[in-house]
Amino acid sequence: MGDPESPRAPRPPGGVEVLPQDEARAAGPVVTREPTGFVEIVTGRGWRETVLIPALAVLTALLVGALIIVFTEPDALAAWGRFLRDPLGALSASARAVGDAYRALVTGAFGDPARYAEAFRTGDAREIARAFNPLSETLVAATPLVLTGLAVALPFRAGLFNIGGEGQLTAGAVAAAVVGFSPTGLPGPLRLAAVVLAGAVGGAAWGAVPGYLKARTGAHEVITTIMLNFVASFLALYMLSTELYRRPDRTDPISKPVEAAYPHLLGPSLRVHAGLLVALAVAAGVAWLLDRTTVGFGFQAVGANPDAARAAGMSPSRTYLAIMALAGALAGLAGANQLLSVTPSLTPGFSSGFGFDGITLALLGRARPVGVVLAALLFGALRAGARSMQAATQTPVDIIVVIQALVVVFIAAPAMVRGIYRIRTRPTQGPAGEAPAPRPAAAEEAP
Amino acid sequence: MRLELRGITKRFPGVVANDHVDLVVEEGEIHALLGENGAGKTTLMNILYGLYRADEGEVLLDGRPVRFEGPGDAIAAGLGMVHQHFMLIPVFTVSENIILGDEITTGRLGFLDLRRARRKVEELSSRFGLEVPPDALVEELPVGVQQRVEILKALYREARVLILDEPTAVLTPQETEDLFDVMRQLRATGRSIIFITHKLKEVLAVADRITVLRRGRVVGATTPGETTEEELASMMVGRAVRLVVEKPPARPGEPVLEVEGLVVRDDRDQVAVDGVSFAVRAGEIVCVAGVQGNGQTELVEALTGLRPPEAGTVRVLGRDATGWTPRRVLRSGVGHVPEDRQKDGLIVTFTIADNLVLNTYDLPPFARWIVRDEEAVLRAAEERARAFDIRTPSVQLPVSTLSGGNQQKVIVAREFSREVRLLVASQPTRGLDVGSVEYIHRHLVEQRDRGVAVLIVSSELDEVLALADRVAVMYRGRIVDVPPAERATKERVGLLMAGARLEEAAAGG
Repeated sequence: MGDPESPRAPRPPGGVEVLPQDEARAAGPVVTREPTGFVEIVTGRGWRETVLIPALAVLTALLVGALIIVFTEPDALAAWGRFLRDPLGALSASARAVGDAYRALVTGAFGDPARYAEAFRTGDAREIARAFNPLSETLVAATPLVLTGLAVALPFRAGLFNIGGEGQLTAGAVAAAVVGFSPTGLPGPLRLAAVVLAGAVGGAAWGAVPGYLKARTGAHEVITTIMLNFVASFLALYMLSTELYRRPDRTDPISKPVEAAYPHLLGPSLRVHAGLLVALAVAAGVAWLLDRTTVGFGFQAVGANPDAARAAGMSPSRTYLAIMALAGALAGLAGANQLLSVTPSLTPGFSSGFGFDGITLALLGRARPVGVVLAALLFGALRAGARSMQAATQTPVDIIVVIQALVVVFIAAPAMVRGIYRIRTRPTQGPAGEAPAPRPAAAEEAP
Repeated sequence: MRLELRGITKRFPGVVANDHVDLVVEEGEIHALLGENGAGKTTLMNILYGLYRADEGEVLLDGRPVRFEGPGDAIAAGLGMVHQHFMLIPVFTVSENIILGDEITTGRLGFLDLRRARRKVEELSSRFGLEVPPDALVEELPVGVQQRVEILKALYREARVLILDEPTAVLTPQETEDLFDVMRQLRATGRSIIFITHKLKEVLAVADRITVLRRGRVVGATTPGETTEEELASMMVGRAVRLVVEKPPARPGEPVLEVEGLVVRDDRDQVAVDGVSFAVRAGEIVCVAGVQGNGQTELVEALTGLRPPEAGTVRVLGRDATGWTPRRVLRSGVGHVPEDRQKDGLIVTFTIADNLVLNTYDLPPFARWIVRDEEAVLRAAEERARAFDIRTPSVQLPVSTLSGGNQQKVIVAREFSREVRLLVASQPTRGLDVGSVEYIHRHLVEQRDRGVAVLIVSSELDEVLALADRVAVMYRGRIVDVPPAERATKERVGLLMAGARLEEAAAGG
């Protein structure tokens, strides 16, 4: 049989490749494998993905933030206008602008060392309290973030994406407020507990709805939770127009104030309150639930492989319902927390984005409770510090919103961070599954 | 084209995947590369194809050393690879898939010339006797035809040496025969074929020469005329292997599973199981034979509570178990080895230890109230890994680090460590190497002899005939016949699987 040898130029690699060529080459002897599956991508594995990448994402976001500061600072911008005549001046003006802004941010978040020293030298209690005020404000801002971060992180571990923290927080607050301001005759501590519980229940009810819809009809939780955010915010607005909620002496939509509050932890002049301890205890509880209990095992099994979980006798639909209710309860606790501390009245702008920040925090914290707590402290510091930064340097508060958004971008695109800092991915099993898999332990130590 | 690999060595951290491998493939030869999973066959082919770089050794084409920096170079040099998992775009037509990456275009703007592409595909297809419908969407084609498209893709790129990686793993017996015809035809045109497999019968049927790999080394080179299945098996495994399952006659007891008039619909709402009735008694193995897609999957799902039946009853140990939840079925003494172990049987990102308790994780001793006892889980896991010969450095590694055979052993260990009265095993040895098949068969018979009722669903005729005390053949949702094993000859069962009626099969067998 004649086989025509039609001369053809060497061909570019076609659709027959199994691996991106460059990757196979760059990785040398071991073929790299990107994490597969939602849960694995979100949670990451090994210290590189759980610690290094998030840390670098924050660093990168701060660097980009620095650029934006330069472009919004009039002096720095003017110096760049004279760049050709005075290039060093432009650079030093930029460095000064960024340095001033970030210094003010750090001082605003953690306090001024000089002030601490002075206060402790004089030993004056009022001065000491004032020196600690920035740190206290950071913790106050971090407290609801811990809870809303957990409200996103927990569903992540079961393969669910809860965008509804904002709505669940609002629903929790709507429920908590009515318990908080209605005359119940309960003594102080019990009333406090009742408000907290009402927040959890209200949030759980709100979260259970998308859980139920997913379990029964397969409706995607991303869509339903987003939509329920709007419903919750208008529900709150409607409630504020009712006799029950509205403050009789006011015409604007603001509720009667809640008649209970978390006790302050460090005296009346510092706002840091017992809600912080509640949030930390809840975080510890979630960690325990996930890592030590059969419930958490079931959650994670359903998240990693719902088919296998079902075949092994677990119920994915019941798990979805439980997870979303639990997540809603966590967000609802954040709502109660705000009513019991800094904003005792429900208002239309009550949440100020805690629910959405929760998504960032869960991603940054790699869906682990410890990570969420650390990320919440960082974001609390940004929130608290930004206010003093604006006061000291006229750098707009909005810069931290940009930085937070950039953190999400870099976290969501780990390949970008790896590219910038030339970090190698974790070497693992070959594509065909036949190449022997190096032990993960050995892989972690690979250069 | 003559292909030669000389002293290829490839090391991965901790393992030598290929250890000075020599391999010569002559022009116009079908060369079988035989070895267990993990023997280094795929690594070797990936080196040849430019996906990995060898640490030592060289590749020669027609005596000239070549160096491939990637698959692009390998393709340009005349190599073609058909992967086990096809690299086709389901929503494209056959012609489009074949020309993809090397399109025929017209004019300066490079518009696709699909008419010419189609003609070229038809020409190739008739030249090599590979019949494909050029305009059909790939997703609508049976697996065997999709494979032909993959082969045509390589031929379109002028491949002189074709590498077929486990090509029969996804095929029915008939499709396998067709593939062998195609392979012979390609050989007649002077093309060389490297046929990677671990199925001994196929090697003997089609190969000209055989090279056996074990633990990265060439342990034997022979031809079909000079060797036997037993010899090849022991070369692969490194010890004598029993290919015949030894089992004493069954001593069936009380019925454990009774199915009456079961009707089950599939995902597309079609009737997949159409009024099936049968029983499995304690101490016997009943095999449901049949070509994939005749309702076996849905039958097993209905038995294990994963799919609610539309009509009929399922009784387990005399109790009506119709419509029970999977958990209730499992807890009532039913063991389940699912058909698709990676999808339904294991959570591959979880540790081996956790997978070993996947359906008992919430029971003592592995949990008190809702608190898991991880010590107990680990202890049990280590014990089971030893007892069931699961080869791993640690039970705390993810299951994804295990070979297919060892993954299956995890499932088997999990199900056999529970108190089970009925065992439902779907395709229990699919894709496994000889050693693991032998192992799992032995354990299934052992369970039977301990008085467990065993129901095996398999599309491997050899497996059915080796294990079954009774054979049921499933065809288009119905169970066709349950002839006693002695009378269930290969030909008869094969005919029944293909849809022949009982009388015809009896006449034919």
